[in-house]
Amino acid sequence: MVGIVGYGVYIPRYRIKTEEIARVWGEDGEKLARGLGVFEKSVPGPDEDVATISVEAARNAVKYARIDPRDIGAIYVGSESHPYAVKPTGTIVAEAIECSTDITCADYEFACKAGTAAIQTCMGLVESGMIKLGLAIGADTAQGRPGDALEYSAAAGGAAYIIGKENVVATIEATASFTTDTPDFWRREGEDFPSHGARFTGEPAYFRHVGAATRLLLDKTDTTIADYDYFVFHMPNGKFPVSMGRQLKIPKEKLEDSLVVRQIGNTYSGSSMIGLARVLDRAEPGQKIFMTSYGSGAGSDAFVFRVEDAILERRGEVPTVDDYIARKTYIDYSTYAKYRRKIKALA
Amino acid sequence: MADQGGVAQVWRRIRSIYNIQGNHCTTCDTYYFPPRLVCPKCRRKGKLEDYRFKGLGTVYTFAIVRQAPQDFKRQVPYVVAQVQLDEGPRLTAQIVNCEPSSVHIGMRVRACFRKITEYGHGGIIVYGYKFEPTMRVTGHD
Repeated sequence: MVGIVGYGVYIPRYRIKTEEIARVWGEDGEKLARGLGVFEKSVPGPDEDVATISVEAARNAVKYARIDPRDIGAIYVGSESHPYAVKPTGTIVAEAIECSTDITCADYEFACKAGTAAIQTCMGLVESGMIKLGLAIGADTAQGRPGDALEYSAAAGGAAYIIGKENVVATIEATASFTTDTPDFWRREGEDFPSHGARFTGEPAYFRHVGAATRLLLDKTDTTIADYDYFVFHMPNGKFPVSMGRQLKIPKEKLEDSLVVRQIGNTYSGSSMIGLARVLDRAEPGQKIFMTSYGSGAGSDAFVFRVEDAILERRGEVPTVDDYIARKTYIDYSTYAKYRRKIKALA
Repeated sequence: MADQGGVAQVWRRIRSIYNIQGNHCTTCDTYYFPPRLVCPKCRRKGKLEDYRFKGLGTVYTFAIVRQAPQDFKRQVPYVVAQVQLDEGPRLTAQIVNCEPSSVHIGMRVRACFRKITEYGHGGIIVYGYKFEPTMRVTGHD
């Protein structure tokens, strides 16, 4: 059965505290951080973008999977901050991890769920026998308009998953998606920052889609919450996934391990995939993981994973999510503004 | 613009700068980076084969740049070093992911993938190697 052969993550080293952003905009930082459930967020260095983050994550995934990168037949990179509007990020990744040229590649965009859409595409290609291994990446260097609520959570990071049939560390038992036309968050061509429908991003958008996709897959697999050891939801902030868990009556401890958003913010396409990686870093063989991503616009992809024995012997090869979370250097708002090109006068 | 920022020159070097790809002369057992067309030691007796460097090395010497060209102002202060690769060749590269004040001669480093430069707002982006200290997240505890 198709599954995850290897995975790797990358989180940039810089962090800015919610309190520091709040200080600049005259808000109560402590209250905001607690309300949002985001205490600090990752910030990419001036020489980091989705291509570099994807390459570092993919290199970790290849090392973890112990595969020959020339066996990869497809690369899909999901992001809403691809460095080029036209020229696929995947081509850069393919060259940098030394894949063969006998490969299909494209960039995906579906707000924060483009990476999980890439996993589904790779699953289909592997299942049909068209390719041996597929590489699905979700990475972003998310931008929030200065002073906007999004600025407190828009972060940077990525995760890469190698999908195949042999030597899987986690089997993907089932997947289901829920998609509608819901304009909760968007960015028009040529705009620097996204726009959003404020409160509208909650009930009719995030909660409706994540809830529906989750219930859909539970029905499809004829299982209940009690059948799973871990849940991973997309994390636009620290509040939404917890509240989703409460609505679905998921015990708190089953969600806790995935909540990386508190320390690194919302890494958009990387968000649920980094959450899943953190769970895979600690899950035991036989345990079951339920993940539901969310992309504005809007849609959700839900997955059921069963952890396999092989996971134990692969650990320790590459840095874990916690290793990356622990490696950090705080910066102030002015350095953040400089790195994130918020100072327009500086070319 | 047709050929903004030397597209062909960048393209020719992609393979060597993404993965520190050089070559190795099997006659005299010397490693070269950037790759050579002939072995300067053995000349026509030399036999060169492609070699991908492991990307591990040591800081041979370095400078902290505080007066940078326009395109690099955002990164000031930053470190430019001569890195001696474990296989022998020395190359010039930036050291990232650490405080400039913590860089020292003899520091162990490994190659990472970064944006080197970009040809203006609408031009191509050049990616390639920089170096970072070996540490837990690089898998070299």
